Amino acid sequence: MTRKTGEMFLKRELLPFFWCSGCGNGIIMGCIFRAMEESGLSRENTVVVTGIGCWGKADDYFTTHAFHGTHGRALAVATGIKSANPSLDVIALVGDGDGATIGGNHLIHAARRNADITVIMSNNNNYGMTGGQYSGTTPFGAITSTSRYGHAEDEFDVSELVKTAGAGYVAKGTIANPLQLQKFIEKAFQKRNGFRFVEAMNICPTYYGKNNKTGNAPEMIEKLRKNTVEIKTARAAEPHELKGKIIVGEYADKEVDGFIKRYKEIQKKASVVSRK
Amino acid sequence: MAKIAVDYKLCKKCGICAAFCPRKVYSFNALDGLKAAREKECVACEKCVIMCPDFAIRVIREKG
Ligand SMILES: Cc1ncc(C[n+]2csc(CCOP(=O)(O)OP(=O)(O)O)c2C)c(N)n1
Ligand code: SF4
Repeated sequence: MTRKTGEMFLKRELLPFFWCSGCGNGIIMGCIFRAMEESGLSRENTVVVTGIGCWGKADDYFTTHAFHGTHGRALAVATGIKSANPSLDVIALVGDGDGATIGGNHLIHAARRNADITVIMSNNNNYGMTGGQYSGTTPFGAITSTSRYGHAEDEFDVSELVKTAGAGYVAKGTIANPLQLQKFIEKAFQKRNGFRFVEAMNICPTYYGKNNKTGNAPEMIEKLRKNTVEIKTARAAEPHELKGKIIVGEYADKEVDGFIKRYKEIQKKASVVSRK
Repeated sequence: MAKIAVDYKLCKKCGICAAFCPRKVYSFNALDGLKAAREKECVACEKCVIMCPDFAIRVIREKG
C-alpha cells in the first residue's frame, strides 16, 4: 500500500520552511497536503488565502493559487474570491491572533453567513510572529510578552464560538494526533457547502513554550496529547474534570445551504422582479 | 525492513521524530543531532515522517 503524501501541493524547492525548530506548523501542512490529495482537490482549482503571522506565511509553500492578505482579513478575501468564482475551492489559513483576535469579527460573521470556504486555524495560544504577545486564546494565568506576571483574562474556545455562530462543520484536533486532524480536514474539504472550520491545537516552542517553561517541542506535544479528551468522553464528564482540557472531535456537522446557493436564489428572484 | 533517509539540510534538530518513534529507532541529542541508529528496528509505520515538521524524513520500504 502506498500512502498518499499530497507532496504535489508542496513547493519542495522552497524548503526549509521559514518556521523555528520544533514549530508545529509543518505538521499541520502535512495534514493539509494529504487531505487535499485524499479529497481530490487540484492545484488549478484551489486558492489558499492567508492573513499575516507565522502561520500566515504558509501560502508561500503551496503549488496552488495563493493570496496573502492583510492581518485578520483572510476570511473577507476568501469570501470575496469564492463569491466571484464559486467553482473554486477556497481554503483560508489563519492563526489564533489573525483569525480569532484581530480577525474575530470576520470569523463569527463568515460562520453565521456560512460562506462556502474551509478555514484551518493554527492555535498556538499566542502571537508568534511579533514576539509572543497574548491573543484571544491565551489561557488565564499564562506568561506572554504582554502578560509578564500572568494573563488576567480568560480565553475562548474558538470551535465552540464558530459552532454557536452557525457554521455547518466544526472540528478540533491537535498536532499530537496528525491522522485524526487530517481526517477532520478531509471531511471539511469533501463537504461542498457552507462554512467549514478546523481548529488545529499547535505549539510555539520559541515564545509560548519558553515563557511558560513547558519544555522543548517533543515535551510540548506530549503535554498536548495527555491533555486531550475526546468529545464523546467529555459529554459524559463533570465540568471540573474538563478544566484546562482540550476537547477534540467534531463540534458541528450539519447540512447547510451555504451563502452562494442562497445568494443565487435571491439573485434569481431579483431578476424576475426587475424584469416586470 | 526499511531504509531511513534523513535530509540533513532540512532537519532542524527538534527531536520530535526521536521522541515519538514507537520503536525508538533514532538517537538524538542537541549536540550531535539526529541519527537513525537502530534502523533495523524500523517497521515502516512512518510516524516520524508524519510528525516531522520539516519534511526531512523518508522511509523507504524494502521487500523481504
Ligand atoms: C493591522 C496589523 N496589526 C498588527 C500587525 C502585526 N502582526 C503581525 S503578525 C501578528 C500576530 C500573528 O499571530 P497569530 O495569528 O496567532 O499567528 P502566529 O504568528 O502565532 O502563527 C501581528 C499582531 C499587522 N501585521 N497588521
Ligand atoms: S515564533 Fe512560534 S509560531 Fe512562529 S515559527 Fe517560531 S515556533 Fe512557530
